[in-house]
Amino acid sequence: MAIDAKPRLKLPKTAAKGEVLEIKTLITHPMESGQRKDGDGKTIPRQIINKFVCKFNGAPVFSADLYPSMSANPYIVFNVKMQESGEFEFLWTDDDGSVYADKKKIEVA
Amino acid sequence: MSLPVLTRAADRRRFLQTFGVGAAAAYALTSLPANATVDAAKAFVAKVTGGKEPAMGKVTLTMPEIAENGANVPLTVYVDSPMTAESYVKAIHIASDGNPAPEVASFHLSPINARAEVQTRMRMSVTQNVWAVAEMSDGAVFMAKTEVKVTIGGCGG
Repeated sequence: MAIDAKPRLKLPKTAAKGEVLEIKTLITHPMESGQRKDGDGKTIPRQIINKFVCKFNGAPVFSADLYPSMSANPYIVFNVKMQESGEFEFLWTDDDGSVYADKKKIEVA
Repeated sequence: MSLPVLTRAADRRRFLQTFGVGAAAAYALTSLPANATVDAAKAFVAKVTGGKEPAMGKVTLTMPEIAENGANVPLTVYVDSPMTAESYVKAIHIASDGNPAPEVASFHLSPINARAEVQTRMRMSVTQNVWAVAEMSDGAVFMAKTEVKVTIGGCGG
């Protein structure tokens, strides 16, 4: 089932060279665990975001393998040390093969 | 005519008391977290670390002592590491020893992260321990464990 997954990102537009940024990421997604049953007692099939990757100027800087024990709307916060201006790319992979993506540019002075 | 009614009500109460409590006790016995889940958590840690026995220390896992809602329990893992090309944290794994499956998340880091800290939110079905395991670039493995008491479980059902 297609899911209306909306990425939300929190990071500044500018940073100083050498600054360590905290990057907050969230995507709206039910993270259906595969443990729940519907009204008829049938198991609701698992559908989660199983992989998250953050790239900067095309190179991976952080990634995560996620499992059904993650909360709905998976929230992940990590740090990146800035050396140059460029573009962050954030990719979330769904069990159904969909990849949700978002990008953010940052100026480093 | 009113007396038998009262007696029946009393009988019913007694029945519920004995049977109800018995059923609850039986349920508690069968649903107690079996050590199998601790073994599963150990197996997951062994799998991700290649069988290396984690040492306690270097890892700080911060979680609430009591989680009122198990569907959304915040956690912060910090690993004491210089995060330089010579010495950094390669991965942080989160495991649970009470959920239906032990693995929660694996985070992959490199020196560019500069500070080995990750925050996220997890589900907890019952009161249990959460394990945070850090794999260092030199192959060493460190770990921290913390217990979270869960008031309302969060794995659905």
